[in-house]
Amino acid sequence: MTFSSDATRAGAASDGTSAPAPVLQIRGAAIQRGDRELWSGLDLDVAPGELVAVLGPSGTGKTTLLRAILGLQPLSAGTVVALGEPVRRRGSRRIGYLPQARPLPAETSMRGRDLVALGVDGHRFGLPFPRRGDRAHVDALIDAVGARDFADRPVGVLSGGEQQRLRVGQALADDPRLLLCDEPLTSLDLANQQAVTGLIDAHRRTGAGVLLVTHDINPVLDIVDRILYIANGRFTLGTPREVLTTRVLSALYGAPVFVQEVGGRLVVVGAPDAEIAAHHHEHDDHEEGA
Amino acid sequence: MSIDDIGQAMFGGLSQYGEILGLVSNSVWAGAILGLVGGLIGVFVMQRDMAFAVHGISELSFAGAAAALLFGVDVIAGSIVGSVIAAAIIGWLGARARDRNSIIGVLMPFGLGLGILCLSLYSGRAAGRFSLLTGQIVSVQSTQLGWLAAICAVVLVGLLLIWRPLRFESLDPQSAAARGVPTVGVSFAFMLLLGLVVAVAVHIIGALLVMALVVTPAAAAMRIRSGPVAVPLLAALFGLVSAVGGILLAVMGTLPVSPYITTISFAIYLVCRIVGARQERVVRLSPRVSEAAA
Repeated sequence: MTFSSDATRAGAASDGTSAPAPVLQIRGAAIQRGDRELWSGLDLDVAPGELVAVLGPSGTGKTTLLRAILGLQPLSAGTVVALGEPVRRRGSRRIGYLPQARPLPAETSMRGRDLVALGVDGHRFGLPFPRRGDRAHVDALIDAVGARDFADRPVGVLSGGEQQRLRVGQALADDPRLLLCDEPLTSLDLANQQAVTGLIDAHRRTGAGVLLVTHDINPVLDIVDRILYIANGRFTLGTPREVLTTRVLSALYGAPVFVQEVGGRLVVVGAPDAEIAAHHHEHDDHEEGA
Repeated sequence: MSIDDIGQAMFGGLSQYGEILGLVSNSVWAGAILGLVGGLIGVFVMQRDMAFAVHGISELSFAGAAAALLFGVDVIAGSIVGSVIAAAIIGWLGARARDRNSIIGVLMPFGLGLGILCLSLYSGRAAGRFSLLTGQIVSVQSTQLGWLAAICAVVLVGLLLIWRPLRFESLDPQSAAARGVPTVGVSFAFMLLLGLVVAVAVHIIGALLVMALVVTPAAAAMRIRSGPVAVPLLAALFGLVSAVGGILLAVMGTLPVSPYITTISFAIYLVCRIVGARQERVVRLSPRVSEAAA
């Protein structure tokens, strides 16, 4: 894997004059934890069909940023406009969200299909009778994420990768034009990382904007248009080629940091919390039986 | 006690069984609807990992009922006040499982102690005293039985109305909130409904044994099925069979209802465990067969 060379994709469109209206506009955003301001002054536009990766050490407010876009947590300053509407209420069915996932307990009384179906009817109050078309909708989502083979098995016995595919299906239920992913590849083996990356990329290619928090840039490097790198109370925004350099990251961290390409993977050496260094995250045991 | 005495205690009323059934038909109805609702809500209790919370709520419900007895107010109202307060506290302070367990661990002995104090001060009829702990539905008056059944019906309707958001919130609160489910409200409504069911169950099988109707049937159902319709239906069926079966067996003799209910629900659980283990073995041998297990 190398730097994405076709930066002509939607990434370049965000500064073009005839660019379509962005699906996400963040202005002057700041995030606080306790009394401490983690960072401030973030401006970010995500264009339709653009995939922006959010990188940085843990505890830099990456998840908080996603939750703020969903209206689940307030920013300490700034505004968010998602899909043309200022974010006010808690949650939105127009935005897809893939939260950081834990494996489901083995005894969960649900089949794979039911997990997907929550995206279709999980928000509906009232007597739990299915509506006409629900089943076909769920089947279509299951097919879209390639989950047909295991959709009728209990979710608790499925591998992390299979569960994650189903979650993607759930998040895509309303064909969201903005998709937020929080560490979607954590604890997945390589094949499943590629599968889930492929699903996210396929949805982006339908014209949806994607904001993807990750600690490991390598599995998604080929599909990333821009990177928002947060560290040390500061951030930098640009294409992978612009951001992932020894000079830029050293300036960001305020300490010597080296970006090396080793065996086709990028390794950041010397960062206080070298999270984008590949192979540092542990693989979950439950993947072994998959 | 000789075998004969035991036989007398268990089956002494067999000759007049028809007459007895006529007298306890209200209890059977109350037991039936409680078993059904207990089994249904148990599915969520299991999914939310709240078995211990059920126990904690039931002890405070017991305290409320005992206090009501002491002060001469309605016992059912007392048990409802106790369990709703407990459910609210647990729902409020115990959003995370770890906090919740410590809060319940603190509340439970306090509730039990408070209840025992009230019972000790109570100078009324001694026989009914400890029925709040170990249960005796047959001693509940028929007007009260009507109330118990009505409360269960309210819970049933409430549960069905929030069924899908509650399922979503129980499995994945973050995704549910992101899709606009009012997660705080849904959790709170669930705790309220749970409190009501527990208050009813305290009167029927006793505060110490509530889990036999609110946890065991659902746990058994989840052993053998995983579908969104099959599990609640089975859990409700198991709860119903345990409650009604227990009452029908108990009125044959002079023994209390609770040991029958707990034994039946435990037996169902054991059978489900064995069946579930066999299913799992089949699944492991040939993954494709597993579709039948859903």
